[in-house]
Amino acid sequence: MKTKQITLTILAFVAGLGAVPAVAKLNVVATTPDLGSIAAAIGGSQIQLTILAKPTEDPHFVDAKPSFAVKLSRADVLIEGGAELEIGWLPPLVDQAANPRVRYGSPGRVLGNQGVSMLEIPEILDRSKGDIHAAGNPHYLTDPANAKILAARLAETFSQLDAANAATYRANLARFTTTLDAKMAEWLKLMEPHRGRHVAAYHNSWVYFAKRFGLVIEDFLEPKPGIPPTPGHLSAVIAKMKAERCRVIICEPYQNRKTAEKVAAETGAIVVDVTQFPGGVKGTEEGYIAMMNHLVVSVAKALDAGR
Amino acid sequence: MKKICLTLAAIGMAAVLGAAGAPDTNRLDALEKQLQDAQAAFERTVREHQQLMESLRRQIEALRAAQTGRTNIESPPSTIGQGSKGEPASPAGTAAASTAEKSSWTPSSPIRLQRGSAYMDIGMVTTLALGGSTAKDIEGGLQLGGHDPNQRGFTLQGMELNFAGAVDPYFRGNANVVFMLDSAGESHVELEEAWLETVSLPGRLKLRAGQYLAEFGRQNPTHPHTWGFVDTPLVLGRFLGPDGMRGLGAQLSWIVPTPFYSELFLGVLNSHGETMYSFRFDHEDELFLGRLHQGGRVKGLDYLTFVPRYAASFDLTDNQTLLAGISGAIGPNASGSRARTFIGGVDLYWKWKSPRHHAGFPFVSWQTEAVVRRYEAGAFSNAADDLNGSGTIDPGEADLYGDGSIRTLPREWLTDYGLYSQLLWGFKQRWVAGLRADWVASDVARYEAIWGRDPERAPRFRLSPNLTFYPSEYSKIRLQYNYDYRQRLGPDHSIWLQLEFSLGAHAAHKF
Repeated sequence: MKTKQITLTILAFVAGLGAVPAVAKLNVVATTPDLGSIAAAIGGSQIQLTILAKPTEDPHFVDAKPSFAVKLSRADVLIEGGAELEIGWLPPLVDQAANPRVRYGSPGRVLGNQGVSMLEIPEILDRSKGDIHAAGNPHYLTDPANAKILAARLAETFSQLDAANAATYRANLARFTTTLDAKMAEWLKLMEPHRGRHVAAYHNSWVYFAKRFGLVIEDFLEPKPGIPPTPGHLSAVIAKMKAERCRVIICEPYQNRKTAEKVAAETGAIVVDVTQFPGGVKGTEEGYIAMMNHLVVSVAKALDAGR
Repeated sequence: MKKICLTLAAIGMAAVLGAAGAPDTNRLDALEKQLQDAQAAFERTVREHQQLMESLRRQIEALRAAQTGRTNIESPPSTIGQGSKGEPASPAGTAAASTAEKSSWTPSSPIRLQRGSAYMDIGMVTTLALGGSTAKDIEGGLQLGGHDPNQRGFTLQGMELNFAGAVDPYFRGNANVVFMLDSAGESHVELEEAWLETVSLPGRLKLRAGQYLAEFGRQNPTHPHTWGFVDTPLVLGRFLGPDGMRGLGAQLSWIVPTPFYSELFLGVLNSHGETMYSFRFDHEDELFLGRLHQGGRVKGLDYLTFVPRYAASFDLTDNQTLLAGISGAIGPNASGSRARTFIGGVDLYWKWKSPRHHAGFPFVSWQTEAVVRRYEAGAFSNAADDLNGSGTIDPGEADLYGDGSIRTLPREWLTDYGLYSQLLWGFKQRWVAGLRADWVASDVARYEAIWGRDPERAPRFRLSPNLTFYPSEYSKIRLQYNYDYRQRLGPDHSIWLQLEFSLGAHAAHKF
């Protein structure tokens, strides 16, 4: 009898937990802060947003924390890059979460790169070339045009899953797009004088940014993607940068700034702290547009100074 | 085709008629005209067929080019356990298709399997070791794990093939096959795992069935290439067996709706076979815990082993995570009728990772597992081997203990316990330093009181510092020293250099 009572109590407790009042808000999980900030711009206060990766950490190597699986198990929408950036940690989380709403094929699973023209899709997959991504370079949101594609897709997904707020999502999309278009014109103007100039980076994550703003970002401190810099490679980069009159090195929060500084000292270049993730460096916390603004303005400033 | 046949028949007939040499010129003219008509018809048909073939060839080429473009694009969605089924085609595919023509596949190009290009991901991990020890009983004595270094010189610790993918919208499938060489150089194949698991059950439930590594503690459900050390912890090797506790069965797991992560698992497995070491494994007619064991198949519910587990996790800070679990394994053993084994364990894993980590470094992790085994050993006597009833085992009779003695062991409960604790410090990108302490002990059984401590149960201590270098995610070089102290056998020193490499698409690991 006593056992039965205890069992009933436990069952009641568990049932109570399960029946946490379902607020009508759409539960959205984004893998990285760039995807998350665009979701926030479109979803506004209508969604409950969780971002898994920190803006300061290396998005390729996030830990598959069990708490993430719990977040995914409750999600209505999962937004991921779609280009294998999160391949080292997202798949086991989705398996663990046992949530059919965020599996592939469900309307709630959003691949951010859908509709984006991916660059650097390798013709042959060969790991002797370093850590390359079969789907192409995954850092596509450094081109605002791709952010617009994603924003439209998110508005569509949110409207589909939460029809009651469809008008709000559409209005948010319009506002986001208008602001971004206006800023885009500003940014292009700012970068116009620097068209064709060389910029060095730690990791090959700027191909979309370079293409959009007419820069040449082909000197990397890493000899191959994911392989740490070696003295031999760095001296080759230094020689190349001098020949190209390359005066700017961009460095992300988790990358080794000391290495960048060493190369800068040899080449007379300026190290610029930038991020692809809102919140990664100071002044980018506000969201995607603030992050892009910081990126363009600080790179343009450094290019001005390093003439 | 029919047209060609008819035309040919007409030509043939005309030729025969011509050969008949009919004198009538009118008929000759008529025949000539007929022949010309037939020829024209034939030529027209051939031309039509050529045109048809040419257009088909062009269609095939266009299709092939489009397909090459699409595989490039479609590869991202499919990851382990998640097929690209139902994935809407990316509009980017068309952009890629136009440029794909020059890279279309030809028979002389190499075929490369990549993630998402097939319906299954295939991965391979090979682990080698080189080293030596002052101990003379490396295999089976000093090293308890089936994939530990097993001799002085080189050891192939294993070559593991992994197959994984989405089966259909309802299941994901996984199989691990391990090829290995024993110390004598002979090849063996092990089916480590082969299971399917549901992906769309409601209520955060998952059901798995097949051959699988039991969800007991932290390390048992994992494969050796994920371990921080060269060898199996003593406590796991002793109680769960050289190859870990795994077998045929089913497992239900449920993420409990608590605010923090908490998950319940219940596994049910056949209790026999060598990978159910503390259960109904017959120990291949060798003495185990002083007795001979009798295997056999499952006859009823009480012939199954149950493996319950509860795990919970908390993010202590933004950068620190704790995962704790409590596990049990309950089932019959093969030492006598109705003899049972209970194994209980607690495990703890804590990890700190820098908020600005690069490639996952720096980090510090601490992992500990403590396990207790209660083994009900059945009564046993080798008196039946004394065929002539002389009171001793005489030459010609099976001498189990090797000294001619007849021994009678009572039914008794044996209690063994132990733990390991390990610290890993990823101090610099690609570098990890580790330290592990192992300790196992037991009460003194009545059978041991008669003829001394059983090496299978005697107290033992081991300390293992190591250093690992990861040239990339796909290879590693590890140097490990083991200081061993075994009661009665004394200290031993071992040093192992481990080399590991992986190919293909390998599943990412759980936390």
